[in-house]
Amino acid sequence: MIYHTIVIEETGESFRCAPTETLLAGMERLGKKGIPVGCRGGGCGVCKVEITAGSYAKRVMSRDYVSVDDEAADRVLACRVKPTSDLRLKVLGKMAKNVCRPQPAIAAAA
Amino acid sequence: MAMTGVLRPGHAQMRVLDLDESVDFYSNVLGLIETGRDAQGRVYFKTWEERDHNSVILRQADKAGIDFFAFKVDSDATLAKLEKDLNAYGVATQRIPAGELLETGERVRFTLPTGHDIELYSQKTCIGNDMGELNPEAWCASAEKGIAPIRLDHCLLYGPDIEKAQAIFQDVLGFFLVEHIELEPGQDLAIWLSCSTKAHDIAFVRHPEPGKLHHVSFLLETWEQVLRAADLMSMNRVSIDIGPTRHGVTRGTTIYAFDPNGNRFETFCGGNYAYPDQKPTKWTMDEVGAAVFYHDRKLNDRFLTVVT
Repeated sequence: MIYHTIVIEETGESFRCAPTETLLAGMERLGKKGIPVGCRGGGCGVCKVEITAGSYAKRVMSRDYVSVDDEAADRVLACRVKPTSDLRLKVLGKMAKNVCRPQPAIAAAA
Repeated sequence: MAMTGVLRPGHAQMRVLDLDESVDFYSNVLGLIETGRDAQGRVYFKTWEERDHNSVILRQADKAGIDFFAFKVDSDATLAKLEKDLNAYGVATQRIPAGELLETGERVRFTLPTGHDIELYSQKTCIGNDMGELNPEAWCASAEKGIAPIRLDHCLLYGPDIEKAQAIFQDVLGFFLVEHIELEPGQDLAIWLSCSTKAHDIAFVRHPEPGKLHHVSFLLETWEQVLRAADLMSMNRVSIDIGPTRHGVTRGTTIYAFDPNGNRFETFCGGNYAYPDQKPTKWTMDEVGAAVFYHDRKLNDRFLTVVT
């Protein structure tokens, strides 16, 4: 099996991801953290990342969260992207700052 | 108890990014029965037990989420009365012609202060289920295909101004509050409303973005079937949010999972009974974890943030 190495720039954390699986699935399979996990279906936008280096294949993503400009600038959803080379990425999703911390989300909901 | 006025949830129209992938999921994994396709390309489904032509409609779109959620009312006269009552309450309505949805009569549509479109209708063709209406068998082959829920049960919607939506449902449509999570005195984080003896027919969570879908829920008959649903989800690589577990609110058993394009759905079983004369059950923020997920007693990171 070929694996590509994915580096999350903010944390320096890296994980191996097969070209047959999405960046999010690769991260989750190994129990790694860093990219927030939402619906895993391209619909909710929480796993939005910016690919800063490397190549990838992608599937359709919700326009609520990935505009045409985003897509052109490699701002995509990690659940819809499979690596075709080693990759580096930055985390952009709306849960990036509060993942695993429900209290701020409740405050925001108020 | 005589059920009059608004009877039950009737249909939900969902947006999906990849129609073929979603049709396969709703047919073969969730186990709904496809009942039609229209000129717009929308695909219609019902559960094996439901008798009316459709309860779930899928529309291909460039974003996920819910287009509208509808309730069936008991007669044309009730539909006309509720339309007038909504207008008198200051809620603008729109008539959608009969046939715009397959096998469905005229619908009265209005937009809630939470940003969601709600519809009322009185007519939808009864096509029956596979057991028939005369000396029926207890169940049929389609009751075992996929997860195979009994019915479209309820939905949970996220948006601002939930107390204004609550007022419309209570003051105009005859719903009552069954349970609520109090954020602070006088302001709720979440409300569960019923028009029947069900634990809830619709629910809302306060959220800054309008018009968002948290989940559409489907009813199963037993906890065993909820566990079977979890097995089917794993076999089919369905994205599970949380569960199988139990809610404190409603005490229903549950799995939250996502359809292939990120719309959360629930496979739900049990839940308490509700009657309009009962005092609403209140949950406080110091027990919000147990209110939502009774076993874990804490919210997961997705409950308040992941919506479509």
